Amino acid sequence: MSDASTKPGAGPKSAYFLSHSDESVERRTLAVLVDNEPGVLARVVGLFSGRGYNIDSLTVAEVDASQHRSRITIVTQGTPHILEQIEAQLLRIVPVAEVIDITNSKSGIERELALVKVAGTGEKRVEALRIAEIFRARVIDTTNESFIFEATGASEKLTQFIDLMRPLGLVEVSRTGVLSIQRGKEKG
Amino acid sequence: MNTRTKAKPAASEDAAPRTMSGAQIVVEALREQGVSVMFGYPGGAVLPIYDALYGQDTIRHILVRHEQGAGHAAEGYARSTGQCGVALVTSGPGATNMVTPITDALMDSIPMVVITGQVPTHLIGTDAFQECDTTGITRSCAKHNYLVTDVNQLARIMHEAFYVATAGRPGPVVIDIPKDIQFATGQYIGKAGITKPTYVPQRTPKAEAIKAAADLMTRASRPIFYTGGGVINSGPRAAEKLRELQALTGFPVTSTLMGLGAFPASHPDWLGMLGMHGSFEANNAMHDCDLMICVGARFDDRVTGRIDAFSPDSKKIHIDIDASSINKIVRVDVPVVADCAEALDALITEIKALKRQLPDLTAWHSQIDGWRARRCFSYKNSSDVIKPQYAVERLYALTKDRKTYITTEVGQHQMWAAQFYHFEEPNRWMTSGGLGTMGYGLPAAVGVQAAHPDALVIDIAGEASIQMMMQELSTAVQHKLPVKVFILNNEWMGMVRQWQELLHGERYSHSYSESLPDFVMLAKALGGHGIRCDKPDELDARIQEMIDHPGPVLFDCRVERAENCLPMIPSGSAHNQMILGEITGNEIGEAGRRLV
Ligand SMILES: Cc1ncc(C[n+]2csc(CCOP(=O)(O)OP(=O)(O)O)c2C)c(N)n1
Ligand SMILES: [Mg+2]
Repeated sequence: MSDASTKPGAGPKSAYFLSHSDESVERRTLAVLVDNEPGVLARVVGLFSGRGYNIDSLTVAEVDASQHRSRITIVTQGTPHILEQIEAQLLRIVPVAEVIDITNSKSGIERELALVKVAGTGEKRVEALRIAEIFRARVIDTTNESFIFEATGASEKLTQFIDLMRPLGLVEVSRTGVLSIQRGKEKG
Repeated sequence: MNTRTKAKPAASEDAAPRTMSGAQIVVEALREQGVSVMFGYPGGAVLPIYDALYGQDTIRHILVRHEQGAGHAAEGYARSTGQCGVALVTSGPGATNMVTPITDALMDSIPMVVITGQVPTHLIGTDAFQECDTTGITRSCAKHNYLVTDVNQLARIMHEAFYVATAGRPGPVVIDIPKDIQFATGQYIGKAGITKPTYVPQRTPKAEAIKAAADLMTRASRPIFYTGGGVINSGPRAAEKLRELQALTGFPVTSTLMGLGAFPASHPDWLGMLGMHGSFEANNAMHDCDLMICVGARFDDRVTGRIDAFSPDSKKIHIDIDASSINKIVRVDVPVVADCAEALDALITEIKALKRQLPDLTAWHSQIDGWRARRCFSYKNSSDVIKPQYAVERLYALTKDRKTYITTEVGQHQMWAAQFYHFEEPNRWMTSGGLGTMGYGLPAAVGVQAAHPDALVIDIAGEASIQMMMQELSTAVQHKLPVKVFILNNEWMGMVRQWQELLHGERYSHSYSESLPDFVMLAKALGGHGIRCDKPDELDARIQEMIDHPGPVLFDCRVERAENCLPMIPSGSAHNQMILGEITGNEIGEAGRRLV
């Protein structure tokens, strides 16, 4: 949010009331860089539950031990107004250092990893392998009647892969949730 | 911009290390932070800290009667001095009793450091005696909190807590210290250079924002300042700058409940408080203005009324140090993220530099005079029974020329206090605005009196609210804090009764106290002085007796029981739909009924 701009499109009656009904809901991926101190994840998650925001997926791990930095990637949904509030509220949390809007950043990259267990024999088994190849999924466990595939990619691609596996004997799925980073040589 | 980065770390330079116990580190850090008064209550998990307080006299410890009292006292101390309040309580029930004042301080942005004892580290998680998950419980109601697990981090955490509590938008910070950490020996480090690199609020406004704001301000023909508690929190300089900017522009000023005193009530351009029980002129001016300059206020629902009918024709400038307050409830045209004093100062400079002829405001001022002429706070006085409005009017008349501090409880009396007691200076008015905590006023008064021993400190109370923290009169007696409790005793939870009249067809469910204490005897029992008055013509003499009494006083002022607090914007209505005269019971529609 730039705090200097006068919002454009102001008619003579320029009160922009925050009527939530006519704003459409958008999906957004946020990277939240935090001091890795006790309770920091609970603060971030508590903010979402306490203020009624959605979390579609969440990943977290320490990414820089020397600086005690952890990176939390959150996929959320909301109207543009809510999404603006989410970013501002996140920055109020004392150990939050930075919030990056991955979705609206030209250089944002999002990836997810899925482990997909498929059981079957005969034609279905062959078809499962063939599709896995198209999706560049690796086989990480095999029995006579099952495979476990490891697939990475954009979330939609993984969902597509999983949907294709459904009629071929899909047993169970484990997904990491979205990870994010930005292209280029710069940090964050 | 996709990336929002907070400012870069400041280098920390530690003073030469000294070794001492954790408990001594706590006391040493408090001393170095300049704490001269703290409020607390002992228990097993804080005994080492109490031991470290024993026999020293740099920090005065006020022993309360209930931990909630310690929290509100720390709030009152902070609000009246601009310094950080400090409270010390034990684990388990001591900590849970602090949850209300911590939440209260968060809602009203009061800087406060709360130290809680915790069971020894090795017992955490075992449901040990008087264990509770203090950091878990207070995570959402404190600005920040810490569980100390290493005695060598204790000094840093103490100093960091003071920084976090006071930097940016102030708030409560909790430090939970296990008992073994209090006993352990560790290194003390000084406060020099200790901040929180991930928390560096933006204090100075962006130049473009100030330019855009000054441009609007020099073109507006129906402008209004809408000011809030942020002006008080920012410090006395903000109130000075507000007065200076107002003198430069001649714009009328209204304020929230929390902002009273930032602008002098005696000024001809003062419109009085706005909002649900605000003045007719303030609310109508907010509704009809063409430019609203919001300074350190947050568009609370008690202020805005019906949001889709809120000030429909105005451009809006919003100055706030907390970026999340901006565009939260109402979209604004010019957001200014900054400390109030800095932003107001920059606006003064910018407007002067523009050298622009300001539009003529005569028409606007005369429109406002028209609203003023309705005399919205007028009431029918009586010679038989004391009207609550009259009681506050007399209290004001008899105390205004002294150094007086007012605290309140919550209810009708609080609103009458806001309407009929007038403030010329900031930091003189302490009330629970955001949380609306009954029981706040007396302990807050104890805190104020501890900070200002020679001042006249009065809690304007209701007979129901006062019973929530009544025991703190005993604290006042013990510590020779001559607070005055002025109870507007209407025998009802008046504000509840008023809403039941308005919304529930006069079905007065559980809002009448069948049995009330004899407050005069109660005052005596607690070691204070009791006064009762039920005759309008004796009121002045009794108030004078209260002022002249050297110790704590409980004043049972018997007032008209069925009086309603007016004017009022019924919930779900707009600023220009105030009830002025009588309540008929048909004011609130179906949608409004569901609101609080
Ligand atoms: C701790 C707490 N409980 C309940 C309420 C709800 N409440 C608001 S005003 C009020 C009645 C207050 O009565 P009294 O103190 O006599 O004040 P009056 O309105 O009569 O002046 C109540 C119960 C509250 N604000 N705080
Ligand atoms: Mg009452």
